[in-house]
Amino acid sequence: MVGLEHYLAVAAALFVIGIFGLFLNRKNVIILLMSIELMLLAVNINLVAFSSFLGDLVGQVFTLFVLTVAAAEASIGLAILVSFFRNRGTIAVEDVNVMKG
Amino acid sequence: MSVADYAFYLFAMTTVVGGFFTVMARNPVHSVLWLITAFVGATGLFVLLGAEFVAMLLMIVYVGAVAVLFLFVVMMLDVDFAALKAEMAKSLPLALLIGVILLMELGTIFGVWQFSDGAEAARGAVTPALDVAHNTQALGMILYTDYILLFQLAGLILLVAMIGAIVLTLRHRTNIKRQNVIAQMHRDPAEAMKIIDVKPGQGL
Repeated sequence: MVGLEHYLAVAAALFVIGIFGLFLNRKNVIILLMSIELMLLAVNINLVAFSSFLGDLVGQVFTLFVLTVAAAEASIGLAILVSFFRNRGTIAVEDVNVMKG
Repeated sequence: MSVADYAFYLFAMTTVVGGFFTVMARNPVHSVLWLITAFVGATGLFVLLGAEFVAMLLMIVYVGAVAVLFLFVVMMLDVDFAALKAEMAKSLPLALLIGVILLMELGTIFGVWQFSDGAEAARGAVTPALDVAHNTQALGMILYTDYILLFQLAGLILLVAMIGAIVLTLRHRTNIKRQNVIAQMHRDPAEAMKIIDVKPGQGL
């Protein structure tokens, strides 16, 4: 019988893979954005699993908002990436140092 | 094991394997395709959990829009991905260390937690029985009443994201010809052309 723990395990594995990807592909911003999408997906799986097993719909409503923010974040991130690539000709994170911050 | 259990393990494997190869693939196009695989697996999990609306939304928004956006950007940028990947081996030990530590921390939740006694009473919106309202209908009933402000704010976030993305990527090149509609409409025959009476044998 598949219980809540199984879903949480999938979400935990996916979240860890997302973090792993962030550290592994420190140069490639596109993969970094995809790792963030994976982590948000893990959060969504957690929310929907708790919502389903507890019988509370609010978790699914919250998932909708996470989805919205994730879509907005991906589009803005890729837009910044495109304009950065036009100006510098690279997408490596280490080259983002114009402002010397 | 029932059919639903087999389906769970199938979708869970799809999700995790898709996620793993998303971060490991050498070619970013393959990464995006693995990301789509992970999303499809998660969609199956959501259907198994009875959240059909969120599942279909994930399919349409993530697979249909976000993943395709990633694909467009990966193909549009002329980046030497091999050079970016060369550094991957250097950061692998640190990434593995952090990944294993985090996995062990998350693994400690197993078997040592339970719902609190007040959890049932503290529910914000109890899921109605399936013969009263199905998932989409039930979600709509609370989304458009209790959560209308958040719903509108989500729309505002999308509007801001849309304007921001357009502003960031729009550029006016100076050395190309563009159609000037106003100038075209204000052309009139009197100054656009003139008739010259050319004498035979002389030319202009």
